Amino acid sequence: MIIADKNTKAVDLVRAALDKAKEFEDYHCFISMNEARALDKAREIDEKIARGEKVGRLAGVPYALKDNYLSPEGVTTAAARMLDNFPSPITATAVAKLEAEGAIMIGRANLDAYAHGSSTENSYFGPTLNAHNKSRVAGGSSGGSAAAVALGIVPFALGSDTGGSIRQPASYNGVWGMKPTYGTVSRYGVVAMASSTDVMGCLANNADDVDLVMSIIAGKDPKDSTTLDNFWNRELEDAKPKKKKIGIIKDFLGDGVNPEVIKTVRDYAEKMKKAGFEVEEVEMPIMKYGLAIYYIVQPAEVASNLSRYDGIRYGHRSNEAKDLDSIYSMSRDEGFMPENKRRIMIGNFVLSSGFYDAYYLKAQKARTLLINAYNEAFEKYDALLCAVAPAPAFKFGEKTDDPLQMYMEDVMSVPPSMAGLPALAAPAGTSKEGLPIGIQLIGPRKSDQMLINIAKSVEEVA
Amino acid sequence: MSKSDYKITVGIECHVQLNTKTKLFSAVDNDAVDKEPNSCVSPIDYALPGMLPVLNKAAVEKAVRAGLAMNCKINLVSRFDRKHYYYPDLPKGYQISQMYQPIIGSGEIHLPDGSYVKIEHAHMEEDAGKLTHFSNYSLVDLNRAGTPLIEIVSMPDIHSAAQARAYCEELHRLMLYAEVTNGDLYQGNMRFDVNISCSKTDKLGTRAEVKNLNSFRSVERAVEYEFDRQVKLLEKGEKVIQETRGWNDATGKTTAQRSKEEAQDYRYMPEPDVPPVVLEQSYIDKIEANMPMMPDEYRSKFGVLNLDNSEREAILNYPILAGRLNEVLDKGGAQLAPRVAHWFSSILLAEENLDKDFSLATASELTELSEMVEKNELSSTGAKAVLAEMYDKKNTQKTPHQLAKEMNLLQENDEDALGAIIDEVLTAPECAKAADDVRNGEMKAIGFLVGQVMKKSKGKANPATVNELIKKKLS
Repeated sequence: MIIADKNTKAVDLVRAALDKAKEFEDYHCFISMNEARALDKAREIDEKIARGEKVGRLAGVPYALKDNYLSPEGVTTAAARMLDNFPSPITATAVAKLEAEGAIMIGRANLDAYAHGSSTENSYFGPTLNAHNKSRVAGGSSGGSAAAVALGIVPFALGSDTGGSIRQPASYNGVWGMKPTYGTVSRYGVVAMASSTDVMGCLANNADDVDLVMSIIAGKDPKDSTTLDNFWNRELEDAKPKKKKIGIIKDFLGDGVNPEVIKTVRDYAEKMKKAGFEVEEVEMPIMKYGLAIYYIVQPAEVASNLSRYDGIRYGHRSNEAKDLDSIYSMSRDEGFMPENKRRIMIGNFVLSSGFYDAYYLKAQKARTLLINAYNEAFEKYDALLCAVAPAPAFKFGEKTDDPLQMYMEDVMSVPPSMAGLPALAAPAGTSKEGLPIGIQLIGPRKSDQMLINIAKSVEEVA
Repeated sequence: MSKSDYKITVGIECHVQLNTKTKLFSAVDNDAVDKEPNSCVSPIDYALPGMLPVLNKAAVEKAVRAGLAMNCKINLVSRFDRKHYYYPDLPKGYQISQMYQPIIGSGEIHLPDGSYVKIEHAHMEEDAGKLTHFSNYSLVDLNRAGTPLIEIVSMPDIHSAAQARAYCEELHRLMLYAEVTNGDLYQGNMRFDVNISCSKTDKLGTRAEVKNLNSFRSVERAVEYEFDRQVKLLEKGEKVIQETRGWNDATGKTTAQRSKEEAQDYRYMPEPDVPPVVLEQSYIDKIEANMPMMPDEYRSKFGVLNLDNSEREAILNYPILAGRLNEVLDKGGAQLAPRVAHWFSSILLAEENLDKDFSLATASELTELSEMVEKNELSSTGAKAVLAEMYDKKNTQKTPHQLAKEMNLLQENDEDALGAIIDEVLTAPECAKAADDVRNGEMKAIGFLVGQVMKKSKGKANPATVNELIKKKLS
């Protein structure tokens, strides 16, 4: 990415990004723009450079902010009517870290409301179009972030990933997306979806940019007790990974997976061999339960995390409400999208007395088995390879009537989320129709940079 | 059939507000007394989107202290869970509590009457806010939302209203001694939920729960009332319904609020935002080594003072007084300490003195004062007057002796000085008859003469010395 310096003005970088955003307005990447303040900030940086003062590592770099990150600039909506008039007094830690390095937010990127979805069709403000084919979805939930990067509006965007929300739209739009190890980046100031798998990460056009942005937003935050000490060390991991052993997850190379996707994964495996990696297939039968586990644990946490949106203190309150019960029921009915409500209902069901043991507790036990299976695999392999999603981007409306079909989108992306593992989505090919197809590299906890370096060395061979 | 045929069984849940500087999961002021509504509220307590709880380590330490005070096992690993329900006083829509793995395990409490009540467990949780209802609207104050609580759950080991009260009182003392709460019941620092059942057999009857009692008296009265109510029902052949009942202090009655069927499903779930609390045994040992003396230790030590139970327990209600008395006992022994104990119970604990700062008089000063009485330097009446002055802030720099002198209360023991006054009295015409009576062996009359001397000396004469001197002079 281009950083502002004596020869490159931040104002020009930001203006170019704003112009492109306007040019591609019909893709609906953004919910709101931050034009005036972005330009002000760019001017400040240019003045600093002119005075010879130190500027940050991302000086003048424009970026798109997924609209579930809190920041006092404008309104944080989470793409939900519930928050369509919520000016946040808080700045998310990741945003504060980027701003401290001189990055400039030009607009708030579209998403599925509360990050619930795989297509951005659940946004209260309407869907985002795929950067490569306007009749296709951008994926989700970080669809706006992915399309904005793919269209070249911004060099990077922040996203959040609970079960694939960075990786799948990255794959659909042909860009890179990093879902880091759970706890790498602070969740403070990001509208929570499912707390035990929510991670903050980024989307960008190449491996180096992903690495740079992640190295800035990673690190321990006293405001998020689940954050890890910063393990991102750009110098240390720069060395090329040699002779690593990679396992291709065989269970995701069969039924239900588009042949073009399978071919892309196999081709990628061949490139890996050429790059000097040892590659073999590995069976991980428990993977097929990943989705079932996820769609119990995640809605439970979603239902819990959405309890605070009650129309009492902030957010949408129904004009028709007459008493306490109707404030709750009508405000929530009007403020949430159908998919939000579906997850609240599933979540409350699996947590309710009499069903807790059969669903939630059982899912958590299965989750432990899933984690064990990964641990076992990582005794033999340095990383695992599979596709990000079973097929390239689908058409608008194709899956909206069938939630289960929509959930199937997440079948390959949720298992690493349930285990808290890092997973990197990298562009790997294109379908006959010209739609991007991405692969996914999964590694042990804190192996994030190794995954980036593996993908980089494969790219160099190709 | 009557009440005496039934056995009453009571178990009590007690919520204790911890007196930490900041709240359980946010770094704002935890002391909301006399503060503007909603002035002690952080974005975390307000439950803005994206806010995450950060556990207050001081609250964990207080919980450990509370557990040790109740002779409970402290669990090295405990976890938080979410308890869900909707109410405007609960901003997140769930309360962070410890459902499955509480920090405090089982233990037992020894009551002053010699009985024991076992503690099932105690867990940490956050308090909710407060609603004030008006005719067509309600106001929410979140100052209390997020205040750290421990909920202490007893076993059903209590079998009378008096014992229920004694248990609550002892719990209150233990929490005060452990310095984990301000213990102000009026401010809701400790609140009691009481489960009551009756049965003629060893099998427990159906229980009713009376919630939110905030005084020892209301605990006792509510248990008494429930005992009557339930026995009456059972005697009529009716059933006790498992339900939550409210207590009306004015009518002295409990009324049905919510039956078991209407009970909420709290949809408990592990709290993913707060990592498990993992304690080292050495951390607990260190806290234990620094725990102050507990009421039971004072009770056994105060045995030598021969106080009656009510006097002793009244003093024990104030850790500062128990501590002072203990120091006086150490300094002045069983000779000087009982007098101080009586001063405490009869003077300081009188209604009009309860607002005094009991920490003002030191143990050395109290010992000195008692010693002055012991040595006849001060009358017991004079000592009480000096004592009152010792609890006035302006006198903290003065010794009891200085105070007594300033107040002109030091007793005259000097025989020459006293002799002159006595001579004056004995020669006074109005005393002639009494003096004659004494000379004739009618010793009853000496009281009048002593009284006259006391009057003339303005109370400073030591009456015992005067008595001896008059006898000598008239013999």
